[in-house]
Amino acid sequence: MRVRLSKASVRNDLVHKIEEISGQDLLACYQCGKCSAGCPAAFAMDMLPSQVIRYAQLGLVEKVLASDTPWFCAACQTCYARCPKGVDLARIMEAIREIVLQEKGDHITINDIPPVELAEFPQQLFIGGFRKYTA
Amino acid sequence: MKVPYFPGCTLNTTAKGFDNAVRASAAALGVELVELPEWNCCGATFPLLADNAMDLLGPADVLYKASLEGERLATACTTCYNVMRRANYALKEDGEILEKVNYFLEHDSDYEGSVEVLDVVQILRDDVGWEGVRQAVTKPLNELRVAAYYGCMVVRPPDEVAYDDPDNPTTLDDLIEALGGQPVDWPHKTECCGAYLAVKSPQATQEMSYAVLSSATRNGAELVVANCPLCQFNLDKQQQTMAQRHAGYRPIPVLYYAQLLGLALGLDGSNYDLDKTIIAARPLLERVGLL
Repeated sequence: MRVRLSKASVRNDLVHKIEEISGQDLLACYQCGKCSAGCPAAFAMDMLPSQVIRYAQLGLVEKVLASDTPWFCAACQTCYARCPKGVDLARIMEAIREIVLQEKGDHITINDIPPVELAEFPQQLFIGGFRKYTA
Repeated sequence: MKVPYFPGCTLNTTAKGFDNAVRASAAALGVELVELPEWNCCGATFPLLADNAMDLLGPADVLYKASLEGERLATACTTCYNVMRRANYALKEDGEILEKVNYFLEHDSDYEGSVEVLDVVQILRDDVGWEGVRQAVTKPLNELRVAAYYGCMVVRPPDEVAYDDPDNPTTLDDLIEALGGQPVDWPHKTECCGAYLAVKSPQATQEMSYAVLSSATRNGAELVVANCPLCQFNLDKQQQTMAQRHAGYRPIPVLYYAQLLGLALGLDGSNYDLDKTIIAARPLLERVGLL
């Protein structure tokens, strides 16, 4: 993939927005890949967790916003516990979800979940899930 | 000993059996869990947006109400434990957030971050002690091989929530040993079950639960015990269709540690919802003489 970068495009508004919402310094990451290696949901993702940060570091936020990866982050914090630079990737994933939710609205439709399944959900799944996936 | 107690939404509804078991077991060991006179949902997931203090109002309100009852607050649901503990940490660390939250709560006095949020298991370990538990056992687990599953909530992030070694916690293993069981040494005790991904992708949740459960079985476990109602739900529910994706899959029952504790203490488990699981635990419990 050929990508053209400039100083202005690398540190664009969306990059600043992600950093502000997450409270994290994207440039702290030196791409060791520990987060991707240990992520228990990585198999389901279309982009590795470390790649999410890499794209954001390069200012290519659109790629990240279109990715399914942030929606597969269960905030289990394994990456954060292992990150040698103390980057809280779960917060970055949450910031990305938040930007998409604000722009596009709900990520899931409650009515798509079969009522039988819904009736079995523990309350915390209801509340937690809908807090993460709806605007 | 009386300790203020926050059951949370799930223990008040779908996980009532866990609540009944934990209250009765603690009481039998001299710890009376006194439910807060008034409480609300903790939020069910810790808010990760650094610039939004509003999401902390729910847990902060519970913490304030707990502060009127005492210095400690016991939780049994480990998601509540995680959310309340992290919220408390955020309030203590950042005076600006604390001020904002107190301003919005509009109580007669301000919350100062004084409450210590504890998992009931910590109280059993530190106040009752494993020797005390061992002496109270009337129906030992008979060497039942149990995989203690801690999940994420009591170990990560370590600085904010870990009540034990975050990489290899042993508190629940020690409890199982005190009950006469055989704790299984396994590498997936703190691996994520899939949590709220169950709303978006049952398939991904199933794969994550499979990784955990197959590791437990591979390492010789006959039973898995959980401490979080969402972990228990995912690990049990996902087994319903697991054999369709993993040929030869061997099902394993998933209970709460408190159900096992109550039975081992010889208490009446009729309100523990022991038969509510999809993978039946009763044959196993009967075999070892707990039922």
